[in-house]
Amino acid sequence: MTTLHLQGAAKRRPARPPAPRNRRSWTGWGFIGPFVAVFALVFLAPLAYSVYLSLFRDQLIGGTTFVGLDNYQQALTDSQFWASVGRVSLFLAVQVPIMLGIALLVALALDSGRLYGKDFFRISVFLPYAVPAVVASLMWGFMYGTRFGLVGDINDALGVSLPDPLSPDLVLASIGNIVTWEFVGYNMLIFYSALRVIPHSLYEAAEIDGAGQLRVITAIKLPAIRGALVIATIFSIIGSFQLFNEPSILQNLAPNAITTDYTPNLYTYSLSFSGQQQNYSATVAIVVGLITMVIAYVVQLRGMRKGA
Amino acid sequence: MNGPSSPVTTAPPTVPAPARSPGAAPRLRTPRVRASRRHTAGRPRRSVLLTVLTGLVLLYSLVPLLWLVISATKTQEGLAGSFGLWFSGDFALWDNISTTFTYDDGVFTRWFLNTLLYVVVGAGGATFLAVLGGYALAKFAFPGKRAVFAVVIGAVAVPGTALAVPTFLMFSKMGLTDTPWAVLIPSLISPFGLYLMWVFATEAIPTELMEAARIDGASEVRTFFQVALPLLAPGTVTVLLFTMVATWNNYFLPLIMLKDPDWYPLTLGLDSWNAQAATAGGDPVFHLVITGSLITVVPLIAAFLLLQKYWQSGLAAGSVKE
Repeated sequence: MTTLHLQGAAKRRPARPPAPRNRRSWTGWGFIGPFVAVFALVFLAPLAYSVYLSLFRDQLIGGTTFVGLDNYQQALTDSQFWASVGRVSLFLAVQVPIMLGIALLVALALDSGRLYGKDFFRISVFLPYAVPAVVASLMWGFMYGTRFGLVGDINDALGVSLPDPLSPDLVLASIGNIVTWEFVGYNMLIFYSALRVIPHSLYEAAEIDGAGQLRVITAIKLPAIRGALVIATIFSIIGSFQLFNEPSILQNLAPNAITTDYTPNLYTYSLSFSGQQQNYSATVAIVVGLITMVIAYVVQLRGMRKGA
Repeated sequence: MNGPSSPVTTAPPTVPAPARSPGAAPRLRTPRVRASRRHTAGRPRRSVLLTVLTGLVLLYSLVPLLWLVISATKTQEGLAGSFGLWFSGDFALWDNISTTFTYDDGVFTRWFLNTLLYVVVGAGGATFLAVLGGYALAKFAFPGKRAVFAVVIGAVAVPGTALAVPTFLMFSKMGLTDTPWAVLIPSLISPFGLYLMWVFATEAIPTELMEAARIDGASEVRTFFQVALPLLAPGTVTVLLFTMVATWNNYFLPLIMLKDPDWYPLTLGLDSWNAQAATAGGDPVFHLVITGSLITVVPLIAAFLLLQKYWQSGLAAGSVKE
């Protein structure tokens, strides 16, 4: 995902004198060894096991049998699965641009130095990130409630009847609002940090050339933080496909709107823990993982190509 | 939002600007001298309009938190019967807090301590491993380094659920499910933390300093602890905070791994209290869910506020520098 940066930095390395490198060739392993060991246990082993599981099927008669790619074939024609993928894709297409757009605008506003009380803004907008997704979903869930939430209050106060945010039609947008609320500040901070390391000489040069604020943004700031934009986009894509906590919590409040196959993650969870279909669940999870990686990879390629 | 796009001002830069709508700003060419003077002064004119527009995002961020604080002061009846963004007559905050901690034999206290355990061991361990690993990647050339990069960074894109089910089955065979280990061990890995520390260590530790320590006869371990670690402090605090958030907020993993409520973290506990109202004959405790939520949020917000100087400089210097 962030390979471009990594490769860039890795390429810098051979510039170092080669002598000490040869002398201490294995020393680095002493430091990275513990990470790699735990990583192998909690990432690589489950991943391999997941692939293994996906090739078998647990049948009532005959026990566990090797079925090759049958599970994958089943997943490809599973309408429940594709409906959930479609739902998170819609979520991704709408929520992520809104969230990143707001985050970018706030970051640019902070960076412009034109705000009163800048530090207060920066820290306040970031605060929701420190709120656990469970708490955020519970809070918003209560506020959405027409009975004793804010929506109900507004209805009573203004004598209107706002649509129920937890109705099947609106619940995806309501989840989008929760996720946006949680992560606007986090993304804003990523963008803002990237903006702050732009060399000031560039702005001075632009000013001498008579460039306006808007031009400085499009010609200097945005290109300079492209890497951060791409990283934030990729993290958001992964986040969208992994959507679980928010719909899972809201399910208590809106059981009719949020089904057990609402997102791919909810689907794998219910397959595995309610349906006892662990082999198929592993297959679905792998397919979602592959879709996520392909999309993230395409975004990275496109984002980086613009820079070249 | 970037409405005041004309940076050109007619007033001298040092004079505080009166509020003016951006449309009214005449588009004049700035004399060069003034332009450069303004920048050396480093004080662009503040804009009321921009502040107000950004203020909308600020309100969006803070109002739900305000709602949480206000709601935590209400009794269960008050919650249903009063306007959400104002206090009801009875101020029940202290009562709610003590009930939260004592309800159901003080199970919330137990969840709080569990969460602390998961955060101290999980986030602390994850940070330590990330610092060690990032240091190795930044400052040493070793066989297989590129492979480590590729695998670790590639793994960030793997969805948690692709791993959750097989991890559960593996841990279940190892007899680790329904024990704190099932939550702690996976928390020890933070690929993002490793990446951040790697970039940060590249910037923060001069190789010459390490060479000097070695020439003086310091061992690699000593060089790490006495030379590198102090220089890595801002990056370490940043990684620590982000792994803390990840561990404190963890829900999916404990949900899968734990059945025994005695090992629940706060997030899972709150969820179970909330679900209680939906079960037949369950006791609805919405006021405790809300007060418990507030208690869950406060420590992390406090940590961010207290340590903001460190983590923000760590983030700016390390994570996203191009």
